[in-house]
Amino acid sequence: MSQATLAIKRISGHAGPAPGEGVERDYQVCKLVDTTTCIGCKACEVACLEWNGYEFTDTVFDNSYQTMPETTWKYWNLIKFNEHENSDGTISLLMRKDQCMHCADPGCLAACPADGAIVQYTNGIVDFQQANCIGCGYCVSGCPFDIPKFNPATKKMFKCTLCVDRVSQGLEPACIKSCPTGCLHFGTKEDMKDLADKRATQLRDNFGFEKAGVYDPAGVGGTGVIYVLHDATNPEAYGGLPKDPHVPWVVRFWKGPAKWIGNLAMLGGIVGVTLHYLRFGPKRVDDSKPENGGRP
Amino acid sequence: MSTSQVISSVRRAGESGGRILRYTLSERVHHWTGFFAYFYCLITGLAFWSPYMYWMAALVGGGPTARFWHPWFGLGFTLSMFWMYKMWYRDLKTTDADRRWSKAMKYYIENEEEKVPPAGRFNYGQKLFFWLMFYGVILLVLSGLGLWFVESIPWSLRWLRYTAVTVHVVAALATIGAFIIHVYMSTAMVSGSFSAMVHGEVTPAWAKNHHRLWYEQVTGRAPAEKKTAL
Repeated sequence: MSQATLAIKRISGHAGPAPGEGVERDYQVCKLVDTTTCIGCKACEVACLEWNGYEFTDTVFDNSYQTMPETTWKYWNLIKFNEHENSDGTISLLMRKDQCMHCADPGCLAACPADGAIVQYTNGIVDFQQANCIGCGYCVSGCPFDIPKFNPATKKMFKCTLCVDRVSQGLEPACIKSCPTGCLHFGTKEDMKDLADKRATQLRDNFGFEKAGVYDPAGVGGTGVIYVLHDATNPEAYGGLPKDPHVPWVVRFWKGPAKWIGNLAMLGGIVGVTLHYLRFGPKRVDDSKPENGGRP
Repeated sequence: MSTSQVISSVRRAGESGGRILRYTLSERVHHWTGFFAYFYCLITGLAFWSPYMYWMAALVGGGPTARFWHPWFGLGFTLSMFWMYKMWYRDLKTTDADRRWSKAMKYYIENEEEKVPPAGRFNYGQKLFFWLMFYGVILLVLSGLGLWFVESIPWSLRWLRYTAVTVHVVAALATIGAFIIHVYMSTAMVSGSFSAMVHGEVTPAWAKNHHRLWYEQVTGRAPAEKKTAL
């Protein structure tokens, strides 16, 4: 971001326009996961643990090569394996690197009630600030990808940071760095989309994957992690990648109109009883009246 | 109200000009336990509800602390509410007197007491308040468990996560509306009722004016209506 503010706007004593003036640079960062060249080696899982300082945890066997059923608060990067039966009866072993998608329109951020607990940087990274997190778990309800996880010991939420600490220093995320097949790419959103489109075209034209395409769901405004899929019409087959993810409408309503309706109702209640008091006043019982036991 | 409580009320009322026991110590303790637990949930809940009310969490030690205790105080309120149910359910049954009273509620609101039919120990409005809080807390605690253990709700049943949020919000707002009216009526509108919940006693005139059937019952001044609970 410091580099963004240092782009040349005007220079002195220069004939003609300033070099670089008005140039638009795409500072949105993006991971590209090409599922068609992933071999399921899990180097990215290990690199993620190493860089982020977590011990390797026990695996949970569930009749597949998958390390565990879901990501956890200290296991942010998980290859999801699926033995998918194709229409012609053959089997495809689909492998997809699952992690936070860094949505342009993050449901976790919309749902979060704690000031500053979730931030979205201009480069597109959505990051949890555990110092401000209250551990309420609202982000769990807001996320269309079921990513945020609760650490019961510290009572804070955790998820993939897109290695914001590396990216801010000009390094690629740890998972990208470790990938041996080059199925993981990192760069600007524009560049990654170009690359993904090229690969999808290649798959369609040269490899017979007629339904190959890019997963960059518009329902959440596009994501900071995009996939190349052999069959973009069936993302669900890739470890439950939602076909049309969007922030749940309940969360939208809860954080939008419901808040105003509720606040107005509460305010109306307070105003109402105040007006009642001013108009009708209190119910007093006059003890001195004879019928109330007082002496006449 | 148990028989012993009635007898004790009568004994006190029997003394000329003596005050009448309206709420026993146990009833008062449980009422204020419930109040405290609800009030804690209210201010912390409002903090989670809107960023403009997040400062309320600071009053009780900050966001994480508020979040930690909110469900426990909620459970406390639930227990207290069930205890109040156990203490009062006999007095909270809808009677014929209530049906007459409810038709005249407009006059009660407008302080035209002479047009309001006599009420038992609790009038119909108080009964409505109790049942709203009672069913409200059942919804709050069920949906609250869903919010508390949201990760335990599997992804395939995620509609339950969204239902929990919706139910919690709607039930909370309903109880807040009732709570505003309850606090207003007991502290400002009906003079003497706050003191009754603190000290336990009311004047005979208060009892006669606001809860005539109950007054007649506990003092034995007139035959109690059969339907009013003993």
